[in-house]
Formats: sequence, structure tokens, C-alpha cells
Amino acid sequence: MRILEGQGVTKYFGGLAAVSNVDFHVDQGEILGLIGPNGAGKTTLFNLISAALPISSGEIRFKGQKLNGLKPHQICQMGVSRTFQETKVFANMPVFQNVLVGAFFGSSNHVSGADAAREASQALEFVGLSAMSATPINDLTLANQKRVEVARALATKPELLLLDELMAGLTPTEVGEAMELVTKIRDTGITIFMVEHVMKAIMGISARVMVLNHGEKIAEGTPQEVVVNETVIEIYLGEEAHAGS
Amino acid sequence: MDITRFISTHRKLLLVGFLVLILIFIITLPLYAAESDVRVLTTVLMYVVLAVSWAIFSGTAGYMSLAPAAFFGLGIYTMALLQKELPFFLIIPIGGLVSFAFALLVGLVTLRLRGIYFAIFTFGLVVFMTEIIQFLETRLWQRHGWQIIPIDSEILLYTIFGLVVVTVLAAYFIRRSRYGLALLSIGGNEEAAEHMGINTTRTKVLIFAISSAFMGAAGVITAPSLVYVNANIAFSLFYSFMPILMAVFGGMGQLYGVIVGALIFGYLEKTLRAQLYSYFMLGFGIILVAVILFLPNGIAGLVPMLQDKLGGVIRRLRKGGQEEPHANT
Repeated sequence: MRILEGQGVTKYFGGLAAVSNVDFHVDQGEILGLIGPNGAGKTTLFNLISAALPISSGEIRFKGQKLNGLKPHQICQMGVSRTFQETKVFANMPVFQNVLVGAFFGSSNHVSGADAAREASQALEFVGLSAMSATPINDLTLANQKRVEVARALATKPELLLLDELMAGLTPTEVGEAMELVTKIRDTGITIFMVEHVMKAIMGISARVMVLNHGEKIAEGTPQEVVVNETVIEIYLGEEAHAGS
Repeated sequence: MDITRFISTHRKLLLVGFLVLILIFIITLPLYAAESDVRVLTTVLMYVVLAVSWAIFSGTAGYMSLAPAAFFGLGIYTMALLQKELPFFLIIPIGGLVSFAFALLVGLVTLRLRGIYFAIFTFGLVVFMTEIIQFLETRLWQRHGWQIIPIDSEILLYTIFGLVVVTVLAAYFIRRSRYGLALLSIGGNEEAAEHMGINTTRTKVLIFAISSAFMGAAGVITAPSLVYVNANIAFSLFYSFMPILMAVFGGMGQLYGVIVGALIFGYLEKTLRAQLYSYFMLGFGIILVAVILFLPNGIAGLVPMLQDKLGGVIRRLRKGGQEEPHANT
């Protein structure tokens, strides 16, 4: 079943098409990877799905329901949660309260204080940060701040999780841990759509991969199919290949 | 005797005792103090209302509102216009409601603005209010200013104290509520707050309006002691800047910091300004610069600092001749 579907999704910044007529879909329960060179429109596409930016034309449906015109908080309450490329944590709160915000406001029905606190501590435990719940968020490493963002997103009880470069800036060990975390989230039944630059990560855990370049979708398929796709090799990996020849 | 231990185990009891003492002090003050002292205390308490209500919204959300004077002035004008029609105690909630409604409108339009733009808009709002009311008075009502029938200073003191209690309780409960958490997260990162399911516009506008209601009510209660008001007096930018300075001076992070800041600052302002105006402003400036430089968390920031330093001293004194224990044991 398709949990998220986009048709002719387009976003103009002035005259420039950052995302141009992109059709895509995410199947329930899968991990879909989104790759492409810098400026390909990956984060813009995420911003369109989560309504951080209004869509110029085309439409996006979540479980058959049209998302056009909704506000970010409504999208979150429908069950689509996200993390950010540049971490956006609540710097004025300790770790636990950061996650608590997601638990309190993330679902459309009223959550009691006790339930929110329980969900927040479960989410923190899930990402392995229980020991740090009272720590000021700015005292955490980048990898752990990103984990807090994941916990915060999980606390909103999403059905679809958008992960925007979860692994950028992490050490190889941390990347391995993050990959485990993503697989673990998928195993709980949450569908994942992830933008990633770390090829090892995206190829290792994605069921399917979609490639954007200059705002257009140029390829889609299993990781094995995509890495041998000639267009992809040319424009995505080709820079190095050409430089070498 | 183990004083620090006593304080930490009986914290609640001590707090209640302290509050009861303040209550007794304020209620009995008119019995033995001069009327001028009663007036000073009334003004100081008015500043507490303004500073605390300003901190409810701006201190938490990180939106610097320079509009307290607009809502305070609306309260004063509500009193001026309704004083002969309705009883004083009915005008107080009406003044609050007028400010609430006006703040809702202003908030819906302006709370999309961020940072400096919001501050400038709210500043402009106060100036605009002054001008528009002056225009209305001269063209429509053919008058300049309003007489306000004085009210017994004792009654004013008790009334403003009642408003202080209500405002502080509201601030306390808003901070602890889910709306407080939502507003705090907006102060932390508004974009992330919106993406975590918070209707940021609604939260901001609602709490902005609630905080403005207290300012309006304070205006109603303050009006009688001004005797004569016009637009320049009622919408003086002084009423916008003082609460902010007080909150910063006292420390916005803690509710008691804002209250203590308003008490100290308000008292100094009221007692010293009349006699030593230029020296007062000079000292005022120096203290403020010093606080911002050395105590970014205000007076309230002193408490954990002193606990840290004095705690060490007390422990050492108590240990007496014993050996200094190792740092990490």
C-alpha cells in the first residue's frame, strides 16, 4: 500500500524550479532513500511534504488524504513527523522536555501529562538516551542531538518518518549506530523516507532508492539497480569518474 | 545548627511563611504608614503586574514586545471613559477584556513578524495609539485629556495587590501548563515547534492577549491615582520600557526574579526619581549595564551562584579543623 504519494510535485523559487514535476510514492513499512547531488531539491521535497514550504503545483497525498494547504502542525498530527538537516532542537530545555513537546502536541487527540511523560521516556529509551534526560541539550554531541530529534519525532507517534541527513557529520562508528537505529524504527512498523549523503548507509538499509538531480527525478529502484543506472553514474558519481579519466 | 539543611527540608513551609508575612505587611500598611508610602507601594505593585505579565509572553517566547504601554494606556482610557457609567470594580475586568481583544487583533497581524521587526512594530503601535487618540480627542470630542475621580488610596492598594496575586498565579500556572511548554518551545525553535504539532500562531496570539489583559486591568486601577490623563500620559513609552528593564534586571528565567526585579526597581524609581532625577537615571543605567554584563540571568541568577560559593564556604566552616575532602568523593 502506498502511504505517501506525490504527483507532479513542483516548487519554484522565483523562476528557478527547485523541485520539478516529481512523481513519487512511499510504500507502507519500507525504507525509501532519497539521494542526489547538492542542490538537487531533496530537502525542498521534504519541506513540501511537511508543509514547511507551500507547494507551487502538483499534489501530495498521505494515506489518500490531500496535504496541500495544510499547516506543518496539522501534517505532524496526521502522522508525518520529521527531523532536520541542521538540527533544530529546543536549546532552552533539557533533553527530556525536548522529547516531551513531541509527545504532548504530536497527536491530534488530547494527551494527558502522565501519558506524555511516559511516551517521552519510552522514546528516549528507544534511541538509547535515557541516561541523559536531564542534560541540557547543548551539552550533547551532534550525533546525540540528532538522536534527540529522532526521539522527539517518534514521540509524536508518526506512521511516516522523514529523516533529513541523519548521518551527515557523524563519525563512521556513529553512522553504524544510526543505521541500526533506522532499521529498528522500521521494524516497529514506521515507514521511513530518508535523505542521505552517506552512500554506505543508504545502500545498506533502503528497500528502494530515488535519485533527484536539478529538481527532477532521474532514477528510481532498488539500491542495486540505481548504482548501475548510467544516468545516475554520470551525474551523481560521474564528477569523480570524469575527473579521474 | 544546620541552617542549609533546615532550609532545604522545609522549603515549602518557609515559602508559605514568607508569603503570609508579605500579605500581613501589605494589608496592615495603611494602618501605620503615611499615605504617600501607600501610594509608593501601589505603584511598585503596578510595576510587578506589568513586569510579570510582560514576562509571561515575551520572556518565554523570545518575542520582545514593546507594547505594554499600549495595553496599559487602553486600561487607563477605559477607566476615563467609563468612570461615571459603571462601578470601579466592574471597569477592571472590562479594561482587561478591551486590552485582550485589542491584543488578539494586533497579535494576529504582527506575530508573523520575528525578532527586531516585531519589536519595532510594537514600539510603533504605542506611538500610533498616542497619535490616534490625540486626533480623536481634538477633532471628535473637542477636548484635551480627562479628569479622573480619585479613589481612596487604601482601596487602590488592596485592589492592585489582588491583581498582583491573580497575575502571578496566572504566570505560574501558564508556565507549568502545556501552553507554557508550547510557548517555551517556540522560544527555543519556532520552526521545530510548528513541526512537532504545535499551532504556533494560536499559542502566541492567545498568550500575548492573556498577558495584555493584565496590563489593561493594571491601567484601570492606576488611572485614579493619576487624577488627570491624556494620550501622552496614558501611552507613555516609559510603561513599555520599565517592565522590560525590571524583568531583565530580576532575571526572566525565574518568576520570582521578575517579581524581585520589579519590586527593587519600582521602589527605587518611585522614591529616588522625584528627588535625584539625573543621578537616578545615571545610577539606573550603570546598574543595568552591570547586570547585563555580569549577571545575564539577572538577580535570580545570583541565587545558584551564591549557593555554589557560599555553600563551599559553609561546608568548609562546618568541617572546621578536619581535612578538606577530595573533590570527587
